[in-house]
Amino acid sequence: MFVRFLEKIGASVLELLYFVGDVMLLFIAAIKQLPVKIRLRHVVNQMSHLGVDSLPIVSLTLTFTGMVMTLQIANEFIKMGAESTVGGIVAIAIGRELGPVLVGVVAAGRVGSAMTAEISTMKVTEQIDALRVMGTNPIGYLVVPRMLACMLMVPVLTIYGDLIGVAGGWLVAKFYSGISTYVYVNSISTYVALNDMLGGLVKASAFGGVTAILGCYYGMNAPDGAEGVGKATTRSVVSAIVVIFMFNVLLSMFLY
Amino acid sequence: MIKLIDVCKAYNNKLVLDNINLEIADGETLAIIGGSGSGKSTLLRLMIGLIKPTSGKILLEDRDLVTMKEHELDRVRLHMGMVFQYSALFDSMTVGDNVAFGLREHTDFSEAHIMEIVQEKLNLVGLPGTEDMMPDELSGGMKKRVSLARAIAFGPKIIFYDEPSSGLDPIMTNKIDELIISTQKRLGVTSVVVTHDMGSAIRIADRIAMVYEGQLIAIDTVDNFRRLKDPRVRAFLQDLYIE
Repeated sequence: MFVRFLEKIGASVLELLYFVGDVMLLFIAAIKQLPVKIRLRHVVNQMSHLGVDSLPIVSLTLTFTGMVMTLQIANEFIKMGAESTVGGIVAIAIGRELGPVLVGVVAAGRVGSAMTAEISTMKVTEQIDALRVMGTNPIGYLVVPRMLACMLMVPVLTIYGDLIGVAGGWLVAKFYSGISTYVYVNSISTYVALNDMLGGLVKASAFGGVTAILGCYYGMNAPDGAEGVGKATTRSVVSAIVVIFMFNVLLSMFLY
Repeated sequence: MIKLIDVCKAYNNKLVLDNINLEIADGETLAIIGGSGSGKSTLLRLMIGLIKPTSGKILLEDRDLVTMKEHELDRVRLHMGMVFQYSALFDSMTVGDNVAFGLREHTDFSEAHIMEIVQEKLNLVGLPGTEDMMPDELSGGMKKRVSLARAIAFGPKIIFYDEPSSGLDPIMTNKIDELIISTQKRLGVTSVVVTHDMGSAIRIADRIAMVYEGQLIAIDTVDNFRRLKDPRVRAFLQDLYIE
């Protein structure tokens, strides 16, 4: 009984290690393809998909996050006479953590899933084999543009999300908690350093890379059939979100 | 020339192809027949380097595909074309973009020159003026023809066909057969056709090979093949006599 339990744990660990190894190999293969050929048109297309598709959901998510965060802290800080720190705290929290993480999660759900579905359908319908037969490396053609687009576009979306989130916080601070615009803005300029925002952007770029690599990995390794495509898509989103949260802890330790 | 020497392929310890030895001469049309799951499509995928054999050699002009790295295979594949069973057209691209794909990827030709070649190849397969159509607007037979136009766009020396008549009615099957014959005659290419349709095989091939449970049990010219007494071959030929 106990041996069987240990075997199960061992099998799960091995499976996890194989998965990590495979994903790392795909990442290395994508890096190796970078100097071969960069299809700028594809990168721009992917960036436009990612940006346009995610803009509304990023706006909503970050606006409400900024609003609820201010809602929670503003009145407490006013009681302690620290209303001049509210803007700074909201901006730092969003810039360092909430902005990149939430935009990363949105990208994983919105774009990572689409990548997996698209690539796994291409696999099932032999389109990936067709690429190989025509002498085109599928990693260079499919993975590299998506990876570059995500690594560039998620930070851009994060800058936008940060601004929207801070603006959402301002709405609540000004109209609900009665903090003046001057105090809110002055607090941001006093407490927020450029490094807070830059660190967030580094994280966002890493999260974009994670989303793209996992989205492509699950797509290229999807089992055949409609059920396989569905399962691969779900796994891709769940894995990307888990990895984003894990990476966030590691990057926060390293960056701040 | 394509030469397979003692080629075996196993999946999860199950032997799918067992000790295959085969030579295909330049300019020849070889039909590989066999029932579902006999291993004929696996054989085709081995010849184009999409999968590696468990053991054995696959020589193309005396170069072993098995030991080649992927980027070397990419270069070799530029001299090959393949028509897939379900066409495998890129569904996000127009017919024209599908046919132009290889040219855009691997040449510095001007866009005008590429479009000239695309139109020429689409004319050749009997689909002029379809450049701007999307694959989902095409019938099964039209998709197969676009797939052939894409396969020949880069001027290959060898064309592989995976079940070209699968899912098509008899009239369209005949059209595709005629297209395979005319392509071979016009371009002088080597053709390897995997099919379960004995009628097609007899119409298009110079020689027929039969794969049965992973083994190459017969290979001969069409006339000789029809006279073989092997009951496994006879069972496959039976359909022709019913017709």
